[in-house]
Amino acid sequence: MLILHCPCCGVTGEETEFHQGGEAHLKREGPGSSDEAFHTYLFAKENPRGVHFERWRHAYGCGKWFIAARDTVTLEVYGTYPAQTHEPPPEIREAITAKRPGWRWRAFA
Amino acid sequence: MSTRLATGGRRLDRSRRVAFTFNGKRMQGHPGDTLASALLANDQMLVGRSFKYHRPRGIVASGAEEPNALVGLGEGARFEPNQRATTTELFDGLSCISQNHWPSLETDIGAVNGWFARFLPAGFYYKMFIHPRPFWKHVYEPFIRRSAGLGKVPNPGDPDRYEHFHFFCDVAVIGGGVAGLQAALAAAEAGARVLLMEQTAHWGGRAPVDGGAVEGQPVVDWIDATLARLQDMPHVTLRNRCMGAGVYDHGYLLGYERVSDHAPGSDAPRHRLWRIRAGQIVTATGAIERPLSFAGNDVPGVMLASAVRDYAVDYGVSAGDRTVVVTNNDDAYRTAITLKTLGLEIPAILDARQQGGGALAEEARGMGIRVENGKGIAKVKGGRRVTGVAICAQAGEGAVLEEIGCDAVAMSGGWSPVVHLWSHCGGKLIWDEALALFRPDPAQPPRGADGAGFVLAAGSANGALSLGAVLADAHAAGQAAAEATGHAPGATPAPQGTEDTEAPIAPVWLMPQGARTALRMKSWLDYQNDVKVSDVQLAAREGYESVEHAKRYTTLGMATDQGKLSNINGLAILSDALGQPIPQTGTTTFRPPYTPISFSAIAGAARGPLFQPVRKTPIHGWHEANGADFEPVGQWHRPYCFPRGEEGRHEAVNREIRQTRESVGLLDASTLGKIIVKGPDAGRFLDMLYTNMMSTLKPGRCRYGLMCNENGFLMDDGVVVRLDEETFLCHTTTGGAEAIHGHMEDWLQCEWWDWKVHTANVTEQYAQLAVAGPNARKLLQKLSNDDLSAEALPFMGWTEARISGIPARVHRISFTGELSFELAVPAGRGLALWEALMVAGEEFGVMPYGTEAMHVMRAEKGFIMIGDETDGTVIPQDLGLDWAISKKKHDYIGKRAQQRAHMADPNRWKLVGLETLDGSVLPDGAYATAPGHNANGQRNTQGRVTSSYHSPTLGRGIAMGLVHRGPDRMGEVLEFPTLDGGILKARIVDPVIYDKDGEKQNV
Repeated sequence: MLILHCPCCGVTGEETEFHQGGEAHLKREGPGSSDEAFHTYLFAKENPRGVHFERWRHAYGCGKWFIAARDTVTLEVYGTYPAQTHEPPPEIREAITAKRPGWRWRAFA
Repeated sequence: MSTRLATGGRRLDRSRRVAFTFNGKRMQGHPGDTLASALLANDQMLVGRSFKYHRPRGIVASGAEEPNALVGLGEGARFEPNQRATTTELFDGLSCISQNHWPSLETDIGAVNGWFARFLPAGFYYKMFIHPRPFWKHVYEPFIRRSAGLGKVPNPGDPDRYEHFHFFCDVAVIGGGVAGLQAALAAAEAGARVLLMEQTAHWGGRAPVDGGAVEGQPVVDWIDATLARLQDMPHVTLRNRCMGAGVYDHGYLLGYERVSDHAPGSDAPRHRLWRIRAGQIVTATGAIERPLSFAGNDVPGVMLASAVRDYAVDYGVSAGDRTVVVTNNDDAYRTAITLKTLGLEIPAILDARQQGGGALAEEARGMGIRVENGKGIAKVKGGRRVTGVAICAQAGEGAVLEEIGCDAVAMSGGWSPVVHLWSHCGGKLIWDEALALFRPDPAQPPRGADGAGFVLAAGSANGALSLGAVLADAHAAGQAAAEATGHAPGATPAPQGTEDTEAPIAPVWLMPQGARTALRMKSWLDYQNDVKVSDVQLAAREGYESVEHAKRYTTLGMATDQGKLSNINGLAILSDALGQPIPQTGTTTFRPPYTPISFSAIAGAARGPLFQPVRKTPIHGWHEANGADFEPVGQWHRPYCFPRGEEGRHEAVNREIRQTRESVGLLDASTLGKIIVKGPDAGRFLDMLYTNMMSTLKPGRCRYGLMCNENGFLMDDGVVVRLDEETFLCHTTTGGAEAIHGHMEDWLQCEWWDWKVHTANVTEQYAQLAVAGPNARKLLQKLSNDDLSAEALPFMGWTEARISGIPARVHRISFTGELSFELAVPAGRGLALWEALMVAGEEFGVMPYGTEAMHVMRAEKGFIMIGDETDGTVIPQDLGLDWAISKKKHDYIGKRAQQRAHMADPNRWKLVGLETLDGSVLPDGAYATAPGHNANGQRNTQGRVTSSYHSPTLGRGIAMGLVHRGPDRMGEVLEFPTLDGGILKARIVDPVIYDKDGEKQNV
């Protein structure tokens, strides 16, 4: 049972307050996309051993979605930030680099 | 003979007696006894039969690690299987039975398995039961099911009370031995809020039995003083009979408190599950002694040396008059010395080490005990009870040097720290070569949200084995835990405890080291699951190199004790067979709980009416008062029907349908999801959410819409109402409201966050009543001066009106196919409106109808129901709903997926109506067969029934189903096998069976 901090309402709560929503920073593929691109968008999800970016919703709190950067091995949470962004903010990337130099996740590093 | 000694037993109250029964036999013990010590005091060494060979088994240990002494405890509804006698406190009236035998413990037919042991090696099940294939279903599986599992399932229903308790602390210390006490004290002195848990009823752990001194005082006095100090500290919580069951992410800890197992009949809950968030967790969980692997090490009377000592000191019980001690370390000498001091005989101490022991060995020799270095046991003599041992050289192959008569064997293969809780959440271990044990690796602890470790091991659990080392280690752990939670440690130094100088342990994984096959086949590793040294060696030869694979192949460590005694010995044997060092083999995964916890404790109060919250509409009370027959729909309770007098469900449903079709009926539709979507971009947003075009909907109008997920599959449907230019009201299914609201928020917050839209789930803010039937308008006009005529309020329109003086939103929408109005009023006025309609409707014979009548009427109209016609693999096109899919829109959620090859395939199963040739009702879910068989020998299928009812309107069965190319096959007859072996024939027809042109609803 993870402990997460909601960046929208500022509450730090335990996992039962939150709802996990899968991989973050997906780019939606709609009509006109190739079969392969659409397939990748829907099904080919990251499953890393280490740094990962996930969507979470503060379902039993403020109801807002946010993104958690965390480590799937050590369970460390590097930081959380609001979902309204296409990429991890610099301070989050720096926090990860401080702990995991040389990390990579999809196009981000 | 095991017996009660005349003196001793520091836990006993010898002035009182407690009566109990074992297999119906009356026995007596004292308050303070465990069931195990009381059984031994009554010379009941034989307590069960092993799982596979049904070998006679006796008590081996004195604590949670006990593999053999499992009993069925209690009677009737309070019966519980697999209870460990060693951790069951004796109480007056306790009754228990032994397990896994027939007809009796003493005479067990299953023991014939032992004669065939040669033919039942590791992996026997997998090898034996493969061929011939048909035998599996008819011969092997029924047989295996009968013999599988230890113990019996209790009768349903648990009469006791259980509860959950949420707790928060800076430092949680697990284990109330000397290490736990000192760690708790050190943390508490620093100012941390501390919780100290001890799984037994006693504080101090093994130290009182092992002896020693702290700051010059006997350790027992130090324990009492420290406990008293902790009890005086307001920021310290102490709980005995409370086990640390599991350590989870980020400092989450489960405690399992057996509140009143030992005191049945008290009004306390039986078990309490502690749900703890701790800043730091200190595992002071001690160590468990390992058995030695020699032939016959499972004969009743062979026990752990520490257990023999515990029973003697704590309970005044001797396992036998003559006890042979066999060991590879110095600790077991304490058992010999203790027994000798009590006046019992020690025929010999067999020390497998060539160099023998240290100071304790000298002390034993000084007491006149015969000590043999470099010797071991070749074989234990005796069947149901030890009668003697055959001695051999440890270095040899088992040639017998001498036989010694004895009635108990105390064995010690060294100590293994209890690393379970450290390991539950990812803590890693290191192999300590010198001590021959795995201990926690402080560099690789379980980590919290901040990336720092949140578990510290202390004392024997950390590999510190002498009293002095334990106290120093625990003190440091307690201080470190306090510091990690922001409390500066105090200046008090660790108390000084006795330091023993013991001779080093010699790892002994097999006795003798070159034991021949016949001996290895009788050398038990896992007592409960009957795994022997030879089985693990066979697994290694057959290629099971991973310790996890070898575990599952041999079942080593898979019993209820989860290998607490067997794991280290087993993986050492595996390592030896694979020719690799022990750390390379590693351990199997430690998973919570540490010992089994009751299902009832996990459920807590969440059972019966409290299992989940019940949602009730504003009219629920009226339904109850008027005899509604309820059914659960999501978390709601909705009336299924309203039976009258002696009426059954079926008659009631038919009556409600007839009344609605012929005159007018009322439905409480308040449970329907209602979500307001508002903002300049609301129309654009709903165009993405629904397959239809919603932005073109005019204020004052309603439109039925379909919602798909990004996979293209239909997930919800409902009527969308345009309230004004910027505001829509989306109706969802009863079960879907919260999920659909979440779905909307997901897309708004994470994809189209720049769109100006707000959503609000107002499901419970409105009561919604459907007034349906040819007389619906007449009824409403009796209560309203507003114009509700077809001209003023046409089909699929809505208006605001006052009905019986109550402001209502009146929708002309119909789920029955009749002239129908859905009235939405503030929740608090719902009942008043309902009652007004019931009174005003008397002249039309108005009556409420339930969900079943609603279902039948919608099925007669061919309306789909989410969850009946859909199952997460159905797209709108499968249901003939192409008319509700906009061709004009470039995009909507699910559109791209519906263009994928499989989705556009004309060979998909599609919605049709099904009409049985004989008028009967098709079984819901029945499959239509197709010619030929599939790869599993089953009939091929070409469709299935998704909804099926008796239609009182048509006087016969009606059904909908998904059929391969169904709409192209109108008039064809399909065959549906039924469960009783018959076949029902049904013709493919149009799904709309009633009023196809919609003349009745559009008036």
